[in-house]
Amino acid sequence: MSGETLAVLNHVSRSYGRRLAVDDMSFEIRRGEVLGLLGPNGAGKTSTMHMLCGVLAPGAGHITIGGHDIIESPRLAKASIGYLPEQPPLYPDLSVDQYLDFCATLRRIPRAQRNRARHKAKERCGLMDVGARLIGNLSKGYQQRTGIAQAIIHDPDLIVLDEPTVGLDPAQIVAIRALVRELGATHGVLVSTHNLSEVRSICDRVLIMGAGRLLLDQPLATMETGTLEERFLQLTQSDDPFMHSGPVS
Amino acid sequence: MMALRIAEHELRRLFHGPLAWLVLAMVQFFVALFFFVMLSRFLEPSGWAGGRGLSGSVVPGTFRLTANILLLIAPFLTMRLFSEEQRLGTLPLLMTAPISLSELVLGKFLGTVAFLGMAVALTSLMPLSLLLGASLDLGQFATGVLGLILLLSAFVAIGLFISTLTSQPAAAAAGTFASLFMLWIIDIAGQGGGDQAAAIFSYLSLLRHYENLLDGFLRSVDVIYYLLLIIAFLALSIWRLDAMRSNP
Repeated sequence: MSGETLAVLNHVSRSYGRRLAVDDMSFEIRRGEVLGLLGPNGAGKTSTMHMLCGVLAPGAGHITIGGHDIIESPRLAKASIGYLPEQPPLYPDLSVDQYLDFCATLRRIPRAQRNRARHKAKERCGLMDVGARLIGNLSKGYQQRTGIAQAIIHDPDLIVLDEPTVGLDPAQIVAIRALVRELGATHGVLVSTHNLSEVRSICDRVLIMGAGRLLLDQPLATMETGTLEERFLQLTQSDDPFMHSGPVS
Repeated sequence: MMALRIAEHELRRLFHGPLAWLVLAMVQFFVALFFFVMLSRFLEPSGWAGGRGLSGSVVPGTFRLTANILLLIAPFLTMRLFSEEQRLGTLPLLMTAPISLSELVLGKFLGTVAFLGMAVALTSLMPLSLLLGASLDLGQFATGVLGLILLLSAFVAIGLFISTLTSQPAAAAAGTFASLFMLWIIDIAGQGGGDQAAAIFSYLSLLRHYENLLDGFLRSVDVIYYLLLIIAFLALSIWRLDAMRSNP
C-alpha cells in the first residue's frame, strides 16, 4: 500500500490576483496507490493539478516529483509525470497515431521504442481500431481515451488525471475505472472527480478540498460505508453559501 | 535536438490542412503575375528598367513583391503558433513535457521559417529562370534571397511573440499585421523631421534594410538589425510564456 514517495506538495499556495485558489496544501503521493481529489466546483482541484504538473508555478511552497523540484529542475521532474488536463490536449487535425507519435517524441522516447510505446498505450486505452482516424472526427469518449493514452505513453511513475470519466458512456466509464485501478497497482495515480461513487470504486485514499484548503486526507479503508458522503457534505458545505440554501442543508 | 522535433511537427501540421498549400499557391500565382508584367515592361523599348539590367530591375522587383505578399500572409501563419495552442487547450501538453521553453519557442520559430523558406525557394526559381536566356548578377541575387529570409524570419519572430499574448488567433493576426505594417512604413515618419529623426526612423524600418540587401549591399548593419530583432522577440516570447505560469 505505501510504496516509495513519488510526489510531495509542501505548503503550496497559489492566488489569482487577490483570490486565493489554493491555500497551504500539503500531501504526498506514493507508488501503488490511487488518490482521489474531491471537492466542489472552484475548490482548487485543477489549480493544484496544474501546479503539480508544472503548468502553473506555485505562489508559495515547494513541489518535488521523484526528489526533483518542479521549478528548479523541471526537465527531470516532468519526465516522470503524465497529465490529462480537464480538456484533453488534442490536435483535431492529426490522426491518433500521428498525435501519439508526437507525444512520444515530446517525452523523449527514442525512435526505436516509439512504435512499441504507442502500441501499448493504444492497447491499454482501447484505441486499436481508430489509429488512422483524425482526432477531430472521433467521439468525445474516444477523444478522452486518446487524452489518457497521451498521459501514459511514456510509462510515467506519476499519472495525474483531471476528471477522466466526464462525458463517457457507462461502459467506457467502467473500462476507464478498470484502467485506473490497473495503473494504480504499479504507479502513483491522482484522480480528480466530483463523483463520490467513483472515488469509492477506484481510490485507496481520498483528499477533500474546499475553498482552496485541504480538509481531509484519509485512506478509504479506514472509513465506514456511507460516511464518505456525509463527510464530504459536512466538510464542504460550510464554505459554500449556495450549499447552505440548497436542499441538502 | 528537441527544437528540431518541434519544428518538424509544426511543419507537418501545416501541411495537414489546406493552409500551407493555399499559401504556396497564392504566393506563386501573384509573384508570377508581377514577374511576367515586369519582364514584359523590361522588354519594351520605353526604358522602364532605366539601364539597370535584369539584376537591377526584375530580380529585386520580384523579391520586393514576394516580401509585400508575405507581409499580408505571415500573420495568418504565426497566429497559429501559440494562440491556437491556447485555444485548443494543448498548451498544457507542451508545458508538462520535459522540454524547455526556449526549445519550444525555437522549434515553432524554425518550423514556420522553414515553411516560408519553401515559398522563397519556389519564387526564386522565377528570376533564376532568366539564366536560360540572359546573364544575372548572382551575388546580388544571393543578397536578395538572404534579405528576404532575414525579413521573413523577423516577421515570424514578431508574430510568434504576439501570438503568446492572446488566445484568440484572429486578434493575434490583426495585432501582428498592424505591428509589421508599422515597422514597414515607419521610415516615412522620418522624412519630414530633422536628420536625427530620419536616421532613427529609417534604422527602425524593416523596409530600409531590405532595400540595401536587394541592391546587393551586404552590410553588417542590415544583417545585425534583423538578427537583433529576431533574438529580441524570441526572448520576449520565452519570457512571456514563463510569466504565464506565474500570472495567467
